[in-house]
Formats: sequence, C-alpha cells, structure tokens
Amino acid sequence: MSQNIDTSQQEIHEVHIHRDDFGSKMGMWLFLFTEVLLFGGMFILYASYRFIYPNEFVLAASELDMLMGAVNTVILLTSSLTVVLGIVALQKNNKKLCMFFMWVTVVCGLLFLVNKYFEWGAKFHHGIYPKGPALQDMSEGEVMYFGLYYVMTGLHGLHIVVGLAFIGFVMWQIKKDILTSTNFQRLENAGLYWHLVDIIWIFLFPLFYLIH
Amino acid sequence: MDNHNSGHSEHSEHNDGHIAEAHHPSYGINVLVWIGLIALTSITVSVSGINLGSLALTVALIIATVKTMFVINFFMHLKFDNKVFKIFVGVCMLIFIVVLVLTFFDLTFRYE
Repeated sequence: MSQNIDTSQQEIHEVHIHRDDFGSKMGMWLFLFTEVLLFGGMFILYASYRFIYPNEFVLAASELDMLMGAVNTVILLTSSLTVVLGIVALQKNNKKLCMFFMWVTVVCGLLFLVNKYFEWGAKFHHGIYPKGPALQDMSEGEVMYFGLYYVMTGLHGLHIVVGLAFIGFVMWQIKKDILTSTNFQRLENAGLYWHLVDIIWIFLFPLFYLIH
Repeated sequence: MDNHNSGHSEHSEHNDGHIAEAHHPSYGINVLVWIGLIALTSITVSVSGINLGSLALTVALIIATVKTMFVINFFMHLKFDNKVFKIFVGVCMLIFIVVLVLTFFDLTFRYE
C-alpha cells in the first residue's frame, strides 16, 4: 500500500492514461441502442395503427399546428449544430466559445419545451386529453392517434429534459476545467445523446404533423 | 497496477486513434450540414402540401432518413469513427427494419 502512495504522486501526471475514451464512447452508443429499442417499439406501434386507421389518422392530424412543429424542428436542428460547434470549440481549446455554444443549445432546448407546453395546452383547451370531451366524440382511430401523439411526444420531451440536465452537468465540468481540449469525451457523449433525441424528432415531425 | 504497462500500451493505441480523429475539427462542415438539414426540412414541409397520395409517406420517410444520415455521419461523427461503431449502427438499423417488416406481414394478412 505504502508503495502505492509513493507512486501516486507520480501517477497524477499520467492520470489520463487510465481514461478509456473509446470504452466511454462505446458505452454511450450501446445505451443509445436501448433508446432505439424504446422508441423503435413505439414507431412500430404507430405504423401498425396507421395501417389499420389510415383515414382517421389524417383527420386527427389536421388538429396539429404544422408551423409549430416546423419551428420546433428548426430549433432542435440548430441546437444539434451548436452542440457540435461546442465540441469543436473545446477541441480547439476555446473554452469561452464552447460555453457560448452550449448555452445556445440549452436555450434552444428550453424554447422547444416552451413551444411544446403551448402546443399541448392548446390541445387540452380543445378538450383533447384522456377522457376529455372532444376525445370522447372521436372515432377509435383518432383516439389512437392522440394517444400515440401524447405518449411519443411526451417521452421525447422527457428526453429533452434529461438531455438538458446532461448538458448542464457537462457545462459545469467544462467550467471547472474537468473537461478540456484533451479530455472531451463526456461532452461528446452528451452530444451523442442530444443528437439521438434530435433524430427521433426528425421522424416524429413528418409522422404526426405532415399527414394529409 | 501489475498490468500497468500493458494497459498503457494498449491505451496509447486508442489515444492515437482518438487524436487522429480529433485532428481536424472544423466549424464549416457542420454549418454546411445544418444548412442541408434546414433545406431538407423545408422540402419535406412543402412536399407535404402537394397531394402525392400513397407516395407522400414514402417521400416523407426518405427525407427523414436522409436527414438522419447527415446527423449520424457528421454531427455524431460516425463517418470519421472506428469501424466497430459503423457496424453497430448498421446492425441496429437492420434489426429495426426486420422487426418492422415482420410486423407488417402479420398486419397485412390479419386484416385481409
């Protein structure tokens, strides 16, 4: 033990050697595949019910605000860009610029959630919620559409919240110089998660908002 | 600590790969990809206004898949990444498509 303590001083300089960026990245990708399993199941459920109720889905989708969906798509795509730019900035050892890009990402994520709040609020206002008056007059297919709409966009929204928490944590570590231009894998992992959430929205948007 | 040396050499190999990959980080390419993604989004929105009938879903899904490829390859750096991640993603997509197709075999014949 005492020998270990003697050498520990020396090892502080080599502490990065014990870091496994490759393993860290692989762990993140494997986790992302479990997310694909989660959302993939829901997309298959969506496909199945759309196959059974094609006309009802078109009718129900007309309730959705396409502009709102498009704006949220642009917001998420932009936030994905700023995460990547943040990684580039950190790699180039420009901590200030990195933090700026990460803040833009956080603002975009929050804007997305605010839009979602108003969107859901408008639906609730029209009586479209479980056991809501409008929903009870609808056909089975339309009810199915809104069920899927709430569960899938809701779960996606939850992922935005988790992604923001992950990004916030990573930003704190950048601020404390725990993550640096030579040690940025955790920032990249946060980015990978954020991009997956973006990809899920890339599919949710046409499937729920763009049916005619 | 016994296998410190072997661990070291193995890791420096990974590190080399990592440094090589991170060697030319650039803002420009990512901004270009973002412009492409925004363009594809406006295309998918405007195309949805045209009555394409049964083709509409196919077109929307193709555009979404192209957008996903951009995000995975450039934003998620898969294009510049180790081969093992490319195989991973490929297998993952393949499994999803197989399960989707099998589900539709069931659906098509069940409601005939």
